[in-house]
Amino acid sequence: MSWFDRAERGLREFYVAPYRRVFARAKRDEEDLFMMLVLSEALGVPNPASGATLELLPEMLDRMHDWHIRQGLDQSPLDGMQCC
Amino acid sequence: MDAPNSLVLAIIGVGMMLAGYFLYSRFLAKKVYKLNAEFKTPAHQFTDGVDFLPTNRYILWGHHFTSVAGAAPIVGPAIAVIWGWLPAFIWVTLGTVFMAGMHDFGALWASTRNKGTSMGALSGTYIGARGRNLFLVVILLLLLMVLAAFAVVISGLLVAQPGAVIPTWGALVVAVFVGQAIYRFKWNLLAVTAVGVVLLYALILLGDAYPVSLPEEGMFGLTPEGVWIVLLFIYSGIASMLPVWVLLQPRDFINGIQLFIGLGIIYGAVLLATPTVVAPAVNDALPDDTPPLVPLLFVTIACGAISGFHGLVSSGTSSKQLDRETDARFVGYFGAVGEGLLALGAIIATTAGFQTAAQWSDFYNSFSSGGVPVFVEGGASIINAGLAIPSGLSATILATMVVLFAATTLDTGTRLMRFVVQEVGEIAGVKIKTWLATLIVVALAFGLTFSQGADGAGGMALWPLFGTTNQLLAGLTLTILTIILIRKGRPFLPVLLPAAFVLFMTIYAAMVQLVNLYNAGDWLLLVIDIIIIIAATWVLVEAVIAMLAARKAPKEPEDDVALTEDQKLPRSV
Repeated sequence: MSWFDRAERGLREFYVAPYRRVFARAKRDEEDLFMMLVLSEALGVPNPASGATLELLPEMLDRMHDWHIRQGLDQSPLDGMQCC
Repeated sequence: MDAPNSLVLAIIGVGMMLAGYFLYSRFLAKKVYKLNAEFKTPAHQFTDGVDFLPTNRYILWGHHFTSVAGAAPIVGPAIAVIWGWLPAFIWVTLGTVFMAGMHDFGALWASTRNKGTSMGALSGTYIGARGRNLFLVVILLLLLMVLAAFAVVISGLLVAQPGAVIPTWGALVVAVFVGQAIYRFKWNLLAVTAVGVVLLYALILLGDAYPVSLPEEGMFGLTPEGVWIVLLFIYSGIASMLPVWVLLQPRDFINGIQLFIGLGIIYGAVLLATPTVVAPAVNDALPDDTPPLVPLLFVTIACGAISGFHGLVSSGTSSKQLDRETDARFVGYFGAVGEGLLALGAIIATTAGFQTAAQWSDFYNSFSSGGVPVFVEGGASIINAGLAIPSGLSATILATMVVLFAATTLDTGTRLMRFVVQEVGEIAGVKIKTWLATLIVVALAFGLTFSQGADGAGGMALWPLFGTTNQLLAGLTLTILTIILIRKGRPFLPVLLPAAFVLFMTIYAAMVQLVNLYNAGDWLLLVIDIIIIIAATWVLVEAVIAMLAARKAPKEPEDDVALTEDQKLPRSV
């Protein structure tokens, strides 16, 4: 790797790193909101797009455990879907 | 004592801090904190790519250092050399070696051993629920004082160095440009950085050629300083609410680059010019309004000798990214050394940047006349002698550097305090919207600043009080560290003695200021000072109770017994 590339990479790290957490957290908050939209029917909130979000459910199940822990719930809030 | 050469001062100071790192921090790592490379740090145990992320120790040090370094280690020494260069020099070097390094290192270690939790949470664990509340109060006070003190510093500098006005505000445009170039246009970062730095220095040249002074009689019934303070708070309110990538991130980046350029310029100029220290070692012709050296020196210089604020960065952020526990020594202790070097540079600039002792005393003819403007003047003449940059331009460069630093702290502080206000709201069961929380923060800081008069002259009353709060926080952190060490049955005197010293000086300084503020009839600051005294006494009482309890409790086992296989990392490869 040339010194030019290395300088570019080091500089990028210097630029990105201090705010990496801020961005990652903002992204996570967005995904948490999305998770709640997907689960809204199951949580008892009527969702006009439930047909579409139902399809997403299997995709989201992997992230379910981390999500409910982050929301401060030790157990999954949904009877039908227990992950732990 | 003969006037020493500033180069000698720099070499002794740097030598002492390096010796502190190589000798004392090694002792701390082996005997007191007993770092264990096999201990599974929170970064490994809870890796989530967001908060917990094992990070290369040099990069982590870079983040840590740029988070803790700011304008404070320049402002404090620039005021405190009024007592002569020797007391400030001794306090900065010994403070960095035996207190700041130990404190930052210890906070990092303690948090790493407690799942990366913050000092606030640790005070809850080791002192109890009251300890936690106490911590919130101190942090809120500290942030408020930071905002007010720095607004005064910046406005004073913008009036004293009108050349810095264009680069200061122009830097915001440069930062926005950098942010857009990187996120929207995805240009090469190296090129963008070069263009950004060139633009910033072009602005400095422009500002130097076209200084902007507000009319001396003021505007809208405010003094020039007052106008700048209003504009600064409007700016920090807006900046703290913008998405971070638009302004804060590129601005921090440019400032970081500027920090290294600035440090290079100052130390390079000292190396080439080797100016003589003209200030007296101990000033025996103190102006009448100067408060007593003991205890005020120890709160005037907080950052650069020991600063509680570092514990917040150490415990909340850096501890979650520590790859190996043994890295804590480099990241924590050396972070404090970096800040000590900045303070040392400020001492040299303010004591060696003048031709004669008489000229020096003209600048320090009153306690409120010292501070950053003198750093800028003195530093400029050293740069002029060493690098042959015209004095006026050198002064503009330094003033811009300090203003940009302080402004960073101002908007980051506004942002942080907004979170605290929203948290307090949540505890009270009220949801406070972002704009309202920002407004509350700005209004509080604004009120505090203007309670000192609209001309910024009150900065000298605010600064020591800010230092006192900062030291109180350091004392609280050291107390928690001592309790942890007692519980583990480790040697605790290297932490307890500095803790006792810092807490004693905090209370003593608060008492001295109590009298001064009462005599001056400054009721708002008097109330804040009383809160500080109550909080400090409270810390002391809680600390003694918790320490006595910890002494009686059975000792916690050491790693060789306590660590399960699950809590260990594979040996480094």
